[in-house]
Amino acid sequence: MDTLKRRLLDFTIIFGLWLLLTWSLDWQGLIVGAILAVLIAFFLSGLLPEKAGRLFSPVRWFWALVHMALLSFWIIVANFDVLYRVVHPNLPIRPGIVKIKTTLKSDQAKAFLANSITLTPGTLTVDVIGDSLYVHWINVHERLEDTEAMTRDIAGRFESTLRRVFD
Amino acid sequence: MNSGVVPYILISIGVFFDLVGAIGLLRLPDVYNRLQAATKCVTLGTCLILVGVLVHSGWNAMGIKALLAAVFVLWTSPTGSHALARGAHIAGVPLWERSVVDKYREDTGH
Repeated sequence: MDTLKRRLLDFTIIFGLWLLLTWSLDWQGLIVGAILAVLIAFFLSGLLPEKAGRLFSPVRWFWALVHMALLSFWIIVANFDVLYRVVHPNLPIRPGIVKIKTTLKSDQAKAFLANSITLTPGTLTVDVIGDSLYVHWINVHERLEDTEAMTRDIAGRFESTLRRVFD
Repeated sequence: MNSGVVPYILISIGVFFDLVGAIGLLRLPDVYNRLQAATKCVTLGTCLILVGVLVHSGWNAMGIKALLAAVFVLWTSPTGSHALARGAHIAGVPLWERSVVDKYREDTGH
C-alpha cells in the first residue's frame, strides 16, 4: 500500500474517531476535527504500518474477533486468579521474571501478544527484545530451564490466533 | 433507554474487581506483583463500569464515549504497566526477596 493511501486511511480513522467522540454534526466541530485529522495524518509519522492493506481482509477481522473472545475469557479467569491470591491468608505466590521465545514475526503481532500476556492470569510482560519476551510470572513452576514448556504455558494460547491476524 | 437492573449489576461487579485490585496493591510484596494486580483487576473493573454506562445510556453521546474509553483502557493499560515494570527494573527496583528467578537481569544486566 503506498504512502498517500495509508495517510488517507489514517485521516479517515482519526476523523471517524473524532465524529464518534463529539457525536455531533455541527459544522464548527466538523471543521476543527478535519483540520486536526489532516495535521495528525499528514504531518506526523503515520499510524498504520506498511502492510495496512490487511485492514480490509475479512478473514483477518474474523480471527481478530476470535482473539478478542479468547482474551475476554482469560481476562475473567485472571481476575479470579488475582482475587484468590490476594484474599488467601498465606499469599500463595512464587514470583520471578522468566524468558520465553515467540515465533510471531511482525512487530504488531508481538505488541499484541505482549499486551495479551499482561492481561492473562499471573503474567506481566516486562520487555520484548527480538523474539524473546521477559515475563514477570506470579507463580513460576518448577522447570525453570524449560523455555519451551513455559512458552507453551504463557504464550501458547494466543500465538495461533495472532498469527492468523497479523503474520 | 430503559434497561432495568443490568447496568447496575455490571457497575457493581466492576467496582468489586477495582476493589480487589486495590487490595492486591496493598497486600502484594513488590512493584512487579502489585502491577499484576493493578493491571488485571483495574482493566476488567473499569471496562465493566464503562460497559454498564453504555447499557444504561444507550447508543448516544455518553454511551459511545464510554465504549471508546473502554477500548482505550483495554489497549493502553497493559502497555502502561509494561512501561512501568521495565522502567522500575532499569532504575534498579529489586524484586521481592523470595522471588525465584530474574532472567531479565541475567540477560540485560540492568
